[in-house]
Amino acid sequence: MDVLQIQNISHVYFSQKTTTTALLDVSLSAKKGEFISIIGPSGCGKTTLLSIMAGLISPTKGDVFIDGEPVQFGNRKTGYMLQQDYLFPWKTIEENALLGLKLSNKLNEENKMKTIVLLNKMGLTNVEKMYPKQLSGGMRQRVSLVRTLATDPKLLLLDEPFSALDFQTKLKLEELVFNTLKQFQKTAVLVTHDIGEAIAMSDRIYLLSNGPGTIHEIFDVPEKIRNRSPLEARSQPEYNVLFQRIWKELESLANKDEY
Amino acid sequence: MPTKMNIKLLHDEYKKALIRKRRQVLFFQMLIFLLFFALWELSSRLKWIDPLIFSSPSKIWDLFLSFMTDGSLPSHISTTLFETILGFLIGTGAGVIFAAILWWSPFLSKVLDPYLVIFNAMPKVALGPIFIVILGPNMTSIITMGAIIAVIITTIVVYSSFRNVDPNYVKVLQTFGATRFQCFWEAILPSSFPTIISSLKVNVGLAWVGVIVGEFLVSKQGLGYLIIYGFQVFNFTLVLLSLLIIALFATLMYKGVEWLEKKLIKSNE
Ligand SMILES: Nc1ncnc2c1ncn2[C@@H]1O[C@H](COP(=O)(O)OP(=O)(O)OP(=O)(O)O)[C@@H](O)[C@H]1O
Ligand SMILES: [Mg+2]
Repeated sequence: MDVLQIQNISHVYFSQKTTTTALLDVSLSAKKGEFISIIGPSGCGKTTLLSIMAGLISPTKGDVFIDGEPVQFGNRKTGYMLQQDYLFPWKTIEENALLGLKLSNKLNEENKMKTIVLLNKMGLTNVEKMYPKQLSGGMRQRVSLVRTLATDPKLLLLDEPFSALDFQTKLKLEELVFNTLKQFQKTAVLVTHDIGEAIAMSDRIYLLSNGPGTIHEIFDVPEKIRNRSPLEARSQPEYNVLFQRIWKELESLANKDEY
Repeated sequence: MPTKMNIKLLHDEYKKALIRKRRQVLFFQMLIFLLFFALWELSSRLKWIDPLIFSSPSKIWDLFLSFMTDGSLPSHISTTLFETILGFLIGTGAGVIFAAILWWSPFLSKVLDPYLVIFNAMPKVALGPIFIVILGPNMTSIITMGAIIAVIITTIVVYSSFRNVDPNYVKVLQTFGATRFQCFWEAILPSSFPTIISSLKVNVGLAWVGVIVGEFLVSKQGLGYLIIYGFQVFNFTLVLLSLLIIALFATLMYKGVEWLEKKLIKSNE
């Protein structure tokens, strides 16, 4: 059964004077353990789509099912990492990372230890008692990722989770997140601007086009890349072929916008 | 290394300069204080000012001592202090609670908006006589006045700070399935601590106004009563003594709030 199922979603933002159609008739799905990526030009509705999957905003039209049930506001099945870190400035790093557990009453010694270990694995040691403003942008983004992973959600929604990281750290975290998700058979949706990252990590890539956001094309990542870790995937010949294809499509979308 | 030595030396000099500046400021503050009272005493003795109206520091001091020994002053002070602190706490607390209710129900807040503006613009002390009729000429009316004078402005200020909290913090909490109460407790309230503290500072002053006017009206006990009584029997030494005591305790309360601020901001860093 599909963990995530989206059927003919459209979303319009209303304000006093204007209406913005952010999404038009978008359908997609992900099976248990699948990793899908969404790429597309800025403003094509990627964040909107994730917010709808998380149940934070209800779509103007269409349905979202998680585990076969319609998604509801305030559900605890999804873990959503926002595009910006939004760590609470008055909480320590540890308190920030444990926030999700605290809110869902799952805070115990075991989960706490796990979270600290996860922080360490991401290269954040001895920062537990510090405050967010004492950390760099990339470090904060990792704390935000830990905060989302700590609650152990069924469905992970990641909005550009590695955008503030240097290339080295980014590759390491891709490995870490990839392996963790595969190990526990988690389903995930990744929004990214990095074509390479999308290919290396996912099973399927949805390319959205602009104004209003629709699914322009779906790329299935070849078996050979899928079974490999992100780092190894990058050295496969198929990787470059797919990269070129997606790149060309993105180019054509950008050119279409110019005229 | 010569550069290293220089830096340490310069830093020491810098620190010394800071201490010197601080001493200078303190010196002039003390000087003003002493000059004020000395000049007051002198001009009163030399009849540059009317000693009947402006009294003099020495007369005030004598009165203070005699009042302290017969024990009437401490009871007046403690009455007023009790009323002020209670009025202050109730006013601020109720203001924050009302603000929370308005935040909870955006519809209610839209409906009540014009009434808050009207009530805020009205001089609350003018309601004093009504309270006295309803609640009786006693401490309850006075405390009510100390509280009512601060409650609306606190509600307005704190509510607007609740609304200005970055909605993305609430969004983060909602991604974890937080309830509305959890959103309030984890994001809205802590973000608004600085505003709540600054309205506490304003409310210290307001509570004193409310209580002193209340005591004028009820005229039974307290420093406000002493002022009115002194005025009626034309004993301005008594009026000025009460004023000085009020100034002293209002300052102490203000300092107390500042201390609280330091504690809260420390955990805020
Ligand atoms: N709260 C909102 N109110 C009104 N319009 C909005 C709102 N949020 C997004 N939009 C509009 O909806 C469209 C899609 O926005 P969205 O944030 O989903 O894009 P995105 O694909 O995530 O872009 P980016 O890659 O820059 O993050 C944009 O045109 C944007 O202006
Ligand atoms: Mg976005």
